[in-house]
Amino acid sequence: MKRARVVVDGAIHEAVEHKGQLRLPSGRVVANEDVQWLPPVVPGTVFALGLNYADHAKELAFRAPEEPLVFLKGPNTFVGHLGKTVRPDEANHMHYECELAVIIGKQGKNIPHSEAYDYVYGYTIVNDYAIRDYLENYYRPNLRVKSRDTCTPIGPYLVDSSDIPDPMNLSLKTTVNGTITQTGTTKDMIFSIPVLIEYLSSFMTLNKNDIILTGTPKGLAKVYEGDLVITEIEGLGQLHNTIISNRLER
Amino acid sequence: MVNAYGRIQGTAQVQNLWLQSSSYTGIFATTTAPLDCPIDGSVYGTALNYKGELAKLGPKLNEEPYLAPPQAPILYIKPKNTFIANETPIPFPEDSNYLEAGAALGIVFKEQTTNVSPLEAWDKILGFTIVNDLCIPHDNIHRPAVKYNARDGYCPVGPWIVDRDDAPNPDQVVIRVYVNDELQQTGHTKQLVRNVRQLISDVSAFLSFNARDVLLVGTPENRPLIQQGDTVSIEIEGIGKLTNTTVSMKGGVQ
Repeated sequence: MKRARVVVDGAIHEAVEHKGQLRLPSGRVVANEDVQWLPPVVPGTVFALGLNYADHAKELAFRAPEEPLVFLKGPNTFVGHLGKTVRPDEANHMHYECELAVIIGKQGKNIPHSEAYDYVYGYTIVNDYAIRDYLENYYRPNLRVKSRDTCTPIGPYLVDSSDIPDPMNLSLKTTVNGTITQTGTTKDMIFSIPVLIEYLSSFMTLNKNDIILTGTPKGLAKVYEGDLVITEIEGLGQLHNTIISNRLER
Repeated sequence: MVNAYGRIQGTAQVQNLWLQSSSYTGIFATTTAPLDCPIDGSVYGTALNYKGELAKLGPKLNEEPYLAPPQAPILYIKPKNTFIANETPIPFPEDSNYLEAGAALGIVFKEQTTNVSPLEAWDKILGFTIVNDLCIPHDNIHRPAVKYNARDGYCPVGPWIVDRDDAPNPDQVVIRVYVNDELQQTGHTKQLVRNVRQLISDVSAFLSFNARDVLLVGTPENRPLIQQGDTVSIEIEGIGKLTNTTVSMKGGVQ
């Protein structure tokens, strides 16, 4: 099942995909154009992985890490499908990152990798934008690069784990204004989903609606005001996002 | 009487508490009901925001892996699994002989706060609380320290939030850390690199706070080490005292 959180006629609904449209809990079916898309889950703790694809690590001139490079993101950074992401006019190096997001379904601690998938509720797409102008070497990647308001589009759907039999074999693709700029497959992750769940839960409790962003393959490209960026993962759909300027802000 | 906010154990709502001043230890609650963790929003920690911490690193700030002194506030997140209340046990790790106590003044937000000036920042503050920003000692802060500072129970908070208008000037408070009732550390927020208003302003330029989110102003240099079985108390003048004891994780304490 594909689940979405949407605003229709001024109220928030937990909808499910129905023949290319959305069915609300009341039974009413609405067209995708008639809703505002929210992040498909209210995020709990959000983990993100740096350098979790060997080719991407190489692209950034880093050795692949020996232990997962984990950082956290705040709830301020998320926007839903068809949302807008603010790009500061002064920035030079803003790029997208297409990532498979794993949604945790129940509480767990010390989860062995053999049982890890029992704790997965579903999957969605995240575009983990980075503005590298603000990189500093303290707790890198720092929150000014990775937890900025509006800089983490997520969605459109939470797809149940039972609909994705092999999440470690999905193709990823990013297009900017219709041109393919990034392709990859989740097969190339350095630390797989079960390994990440085992690793994180070995030192802290994971809870329902915690999210693990599993990193991005190579294929970075800069984005600019007005760009339509579509991140896509096999079986999960397409996440659309448009870049806007910060000129309207104070 | 001092206006504060807290959560009585077993209740969901944060409510008003009236606290009675005492000239010696700060503030006591007039209720005897145990209090739960008073916050449930996001908690953001700030590294290297005491001048003494920067001074300790000295020339290292220009060497590998840092290569330059910090420009923007250095932040990290204390996730929800780390929150515990006053007088509840801190799970002591099996893979370290020590924990570091991090004595932090916590700024609690009243409403959504985005891109504010230092002057505007003051109006966004609900009040102040005490946070023990615990971590396992680690060599450097080049990479995020999730494995060292985000374990279950590594963020005791409380006992309560003192209303901004009844709290002392947050840029002029003394912070004391006691381990087993012995004074181990004294800090003063006049030593902050960015004072409370400036820190809020600089962070809110890229990261919005929501109501009841917490921003820690940092921890003074020379954080006290604590061992299994130690009781650690953080006292902030005019705010209160936060006390927790470390316990072995063996035996099923979570």
